[in-house]
Amino acid sequence: MTSLSQRWQQWRHDRRAVWLVYIALAMLLAALPFLTGAALGRGWVRILDFTLLYVMLALGLNIVVGYAGLLDLGYIAFYAVGAYMYALLASPHFDLHLPFWALLPLGAGLAGIFGILLGAPTLRLRGDYLAIVTLGFGEIIRIFLNNLNAPVNITNGPQGVNLIDPVAFGGFSLSQPHEFFGVRFPGLYAYYYLFLALALLMIFVSLRLQNSRIGRAWVAIREDEVAAEAMGINTRNIKLLAFAMGATFAGISGGLFAGFQGFISPESFNLFESIIILCMIVLGGMGNIPGVILGAVLLTVFPEALRYLGELQHYLFGRILVDPSDLRMLIFGLALILIMIFRPAGLLPSVRRRREFGSDASVLAQEQASLYDTQR
Amino acid sequence: MDILTQQLINGLVLGSIYALVALGYTMVYGILELINFAHGEVTMFGAMICLAVIGALAGSGTGLNGGTIVLLGLLAAIAVCMAMGFLIERIAYRPLRRAPRLAALITAIGMSIVLQNLAMLIWGRQYITFPPLLPLVRYELAGAVITNLQIFIMMLSCLLMIGLLMLVHKTRLGRAMRATAQAQDIAGLMGINTNTIISVTFVIGAALAAVAGVMVSAYYGLAHYYMGFMLGLKAFTAAVLGGIGNIAGAMLGGLLLGVIESLGAGYIGDLTGGFLGSNYQDVFAFFVLILVLIVRPSGLLGERVAERA
Repeated sequence: MTSLSQRWQQWRHDRRAVWLVYIALAMLLAALPFLTGAALGRGWVRILDFTLLYVMLALGLNIVVGYAGLLDLGYIAFYAVGAYMYALLASPHFDLHLPFWALLPLGAGLAGIFGILLGAPTLRLRGDYLAIVTLGFGEIIRIFLNNLNAPVNITNGPQGVNLIDPVAFGGFSLSQPHEFFGVRFPGLYAYYYLFLALALLMIFVSLRLQNSRIGRAWVAIREDEVAAEAMGINTRNIKLLAFAMGATFAGISGGLFAGFQGFISPESFNLFESIIILCMIVLGGMGNIPGVILGAVLLTVFPEALRYLGELQHYLFGRILVDPSDLRMLIFGLALILIMIFRPAGLLPSVRRRREFGSDASVLAQEQASLYDTQR
Repeated sequence: MDILTQQLINGLVLGSIYALVALGYTMVYGILELINFAHGEVTMFGAMICLAVIGALAGSGTGLNGGTIVLLGLLAAIAVCMAMGFLIERIAYRPLRRAPRLAALITAIGMSIVLQNLAMLIWGRQYITFPPLLPLVRYELAGAVITNLQIFIMMLSCLLMIGLLMLVHKTRLGRAMRATAQAQDIAGLMGINTNTIISVTFVIGAALAAVAGVMVSAYYGLAHYYMGFMLGLKAFTAAVLGGIGNIAGAMLGGLLLGVIESLGAGYIGDLTGGFLGSNYQDVFAFFVLILVLIVRPSGLLGERVAERA
């Protein structure tokens, strides 16, 4: 066993091997929609697109919760802001049709401003109090979206906004099939590559932030805010920056969602969505980018895969005993509980958290507890 | 009819129900520092089980009068919910006692999803109506109308809250609960079986939730597998409003939230010149919550701010 792990370590540090892995991964990602489309059908390519949207959302929330340790339960509100910004400025609703390159930065910017608006009054709050205030904020945004159709019709209320312009670069609309080199690309595939590119950009930004001065400041605030302030970190600005960065990521994904879906309504932005995104990052491993991506992929694909429960029942019992759509969320909830019981730090925890959960974790906990006592 | 008195009465009734549910949140939080997300679902189960028992008894022609049937339904709901509270803690929270707090939060969310979908599998997606077993009597009070059901709900909640306060402050069990909340390990050294105390806390909270669930379904005449979610959210809001972990705070927060909501819903149209309607009722509750927390981050009666995130 040891020789194998040693060889693995050697192999990991071999530059050429690392590049080979990256190239293989890139080729897999490039071919993924075609492979999925051929093996599982067009529906799964759509799920693939949604998976990438959720990866972007999870990466954004990871900055707020994973890096800076600010528990945000209203994160979906920023997604909603981005989506509605796009929808209202590019649909027959106001008869505005702004181009895509203007819409995305606008949505991201507005979401960022909302992030600061939420962050500023909550700077004094910690832990669960922050959680409940952000939750309230998310609900307020959703209720306003739901009701701002009277007396002046702004959001079109519960019916939502329809016929949103698809994402288009000049005359190149992503919703229509295109032909390149004799290969036909349906719209879903084009969206996949756009989402993939933006998700990779966000991964890059997250990775670069992680080890930057700002990233270390976030971690310091997460671990001990008072100590961080004593070290000369401007906690107010750094916390607001975390909120704004996370919200910007969500605003971009929201705009993409609106263009991709062509229709949005307030129902897409309820509390449950915020909770699911939080589950993604906690389940995958907070603060660790591969973990966050894994969590997002698992929690998007797994409920969809559970739709095959009907066929499974047919195969096992010869008939359908329970409606699979009723059963799948039940199993989803059970899976959440089981994964957390067996891997409380997440599936792929960050190095720091893995150390905290090492053999000396109990000693550490006792030390902290006694320190806490002397403070009082 | 006097709108102010009427809305005050409605608010107090609604608030006393919120308070009962909020007590469950605040007791669990006081001991484990955990938001028991599944608590709203326990409330929903209380309503559903009571309605199932009522439906079975009322249709079978046992000759029992309406009051007895409702009482039996209530008792059945309390019993089942107590068992549920015990099992939820055992399955989803106890294995994670020493794990990071967010992990326990995720199992709580998982538990909530499981219970909600279990209820949907058992009782279906449709609304279940509360049969008119109890005669409704309406009284005139200072220009407003109050029903016997409303009076009953307020009195029962008051009794239960007084009982809980007595239990926590006057009995041995209550002293053990307070000790466990203050310092779990030290309480264990003093000979308190903290695991039992935590189980008891969950069971008491679940019993109160069952009563609240039956009250809600009787008051609105409806129950639904999804009802626990919003009710739980409001009750948790009430608990935070009063200062989470503080039992008297949960009661105050619940009553206050109920009154704020009804007054807000009743007057928001007049205040904004018809621009905002009563469909902004929920915004009002959350808005007040955010304001209170910004001015007083530890809640109205809370003493300490949670230090750990």
